[in-house]
Amino acid sequence: MSDFILELRGLRKVYGHVVAVDEIWLSLAKGEFLTLLGPSGSGKTTTLLMVAGLASPTEGEMMLDGKPLNPLPPYKRSIGMVFQNYSLFPHMKVAKNVAFPLEMRGESKREIKRKVADVLRLVGLPDYGDRYPGQLSGGQQQRIALARAMVFEPRLLLMDEPLGALDKKLREQMQIEIMRLHKKTGMSVIYVTHDQEEALVMSDRVAVFNHGRIVQSGPPEDLYENPNSQFVAGFLGESNFLPGTVTGVEDQFCRLDGAVSPLRARRDATLKQGDPAVVVVRPEHVQLIEPQESQRDAENCLRGIVSEVIYLGRSRKYVIRLEGAEEIRSLQQLQADGVRTFSVGDAVAMKWNAQRALALPGRDAQDGP
Amino acid sequence: MGSLNGWTWVRAAICVLLTIFMVAPLAIIVVISFSSAPFLRFPPPGFSLQWYRSFFGNPVWLKTLSISVQVMIPAALGATTLGTMSAVGIARGRLPGASLIAGLLMAPFVVPVIITAAAIFGMFRAWNLYGTLLGLMIAHTVLTLPFVMATTLAAMRMVKPELEDAALTLGATHWSAFWRVTFPLILPAVLTGLLFSLVISFDELIVSLFISSPSVRPITVQMWSDIRGSVDPTIAAIATVLFSFSLFVMLIDHLYRRSSAKRALTSESS
Repeated sequence: MSDFILELRGLRKVYGHVVAVDEIWLSLAKGEFLTLLGPSGSGKTTTLLMVAGLASPTEGEMMLDGKPLNPLPPYKRSIGMVFQNYSLFPHMKVAKNVAFPLEMRGESKREIKRKVADVLRLVGLPDYGDRYPGQLSGGQQQRIALARAMVFEPRLLLMDEPLGALDKKLREQMQIEIMRLHKKTGMSVIYVTHDQEEALVMSDRVAVFNHGRIVQSGPPEDLYENPNSQFVAGFLGESNFLPGTVTGVEDQFCRLDGAVSPLRARRDATLKQGDPAVVVVRPEHVQLIEPQESQRDAENCLRGIVSEVIYLGRSRKYVIRLEGAEEIRSLQQLQADGVRTFSVGDAVAMKWNAQRALALPGRDAQDGP
Repeated sequence: MGSLNGWTWVRAAICVLLTIFMVAPLAIIVVISFSSAPFLRFPPPGFSLQWYRSFFGNPVWLKTLSISVQVMIPAALGATTLGTMSAVGIARGRLPGASLIAGLLMAPFVVPVIITAAAIFGMFRAWNLYGTLLGLMIAHTVLTLPFVMATTLAAMRMVKPELEDAALTLGATHWSAFWRVTFPLILPAVLTGLLFSLVISFDELIVSLFISSPSVRPITVQMWSDIRGSVDPTIAAIATVLFSFSLFVMLIDHLYRRSSAKRALTSESS
């Protein structure tokens, strides 16, 4: 027996001529919260539907608890699923909705009553059993949908953009709620979203999808600090991209000739001298200073003019136009005393620590073919 | 303000005239059915129930009424079953020619009734179904099926396939997903289709004229041949009975729809 609850081995799904999912290899540990993150049409929902049994793979194998999953129809998989639009049965009261999977499993009336009451308490809606789904708010409906997908203690819980239809504030509440339930029950969860913030907040591990493939997977911090491609760097959080050519390599770092300044950055292992590269710097690592404090031609030091200031409450975001056409974004925390503020039109200089910059191969890129 | 008032008056007048035009013949028939005169005369000189007595006392009328009922019930049930099945298949199945099949099943809606009648007449002669109860049932099933299919198909398109998917992941087989989730949601439409089929079959004349024989004859055909001979107010009494039946069925449908609409309103306002 493996420690993995679910293993996907070379999963592929082709619709006509369109490859929706291309060679997905993925394992999920028991109790793990894995998020599939990617833009719409990147194959994450199709992958989820194949695991649920609502779409059949063109190629590849799926194992649940070490047993082949492919031949089982959805109703024999014991995998719970939460849909974006709740998919509660409108003609059944809440209690009846939640009892549905238990009734399908032929459990006794007493057991059903007890489990329904327990799970409704767990999702914080113990007194709502007698209402119809249409009488509940969106957030409440999604809690009931969650209760219904959990009540039969599935081996695995799938969630397909479950918070997509809710407003921002409610979404943040529900994120915490789902994390609480995950901790409390120890469920194994696969969560699909296109919201990178949601993925970073909730997951033990994130798999980033693009064009039907997993381009990178790992713990959120890892993906955020060490993206392996411009796509991941741009999709997870905000990034500045500075193109350049590698002029020298030294152990973990490399030097680059950029359009605006000599650059130094941590390097991707594959980069060699003469390679085209792109340096990724997060806006929160770009420090703004007065132009006279900077030295011309110092490493990782640029000059420019503030073209936009965005006030964000606790922080302030600057858009700075460089001498070329490029723009750099910088995020400055405001709580600290003595932080200088700049206005539109001010001349500024920027610098950052080479440890905070990452050089990735490629010039244009964004995403592969 | 004045012109608006004038316009309102014109509109009201048109509505009243239209209502009178549509309701008056029915009202007159109902009134005449209680007439004491032996002719179709309006206004009647006095009140009497003699024509109802003559209707319910006449074995010919009773027999044809019973034929109508014997045809109506299996035809409506058959059309409802087949129509619902086709609607579900067309809405959910991945048949290549689904819209063509839907079009063919809807044909009796579009093709002039007289053509359908002549076609059925020709086929039934060849198949020895002419003048039989079974023949009438089959013909009425074909005629009423489009009504069931139209209402049920519209309802099926309102039920999100995702609900069935959800049921499957929760442990329901396709069979129980249909009966526990989809069917209850389309039931109001199915029942409306059933009621319409009953009324349409009961009122049907043209196709019945072609394929009924003197021994197997629905009441509408008997009325038709009776009107062409001697006309007495018995016809009005029968018409009133048929009319009351239709009205009753429509009333049930209306009440049912109102109660299910109320439920839908509370369960879909998200």
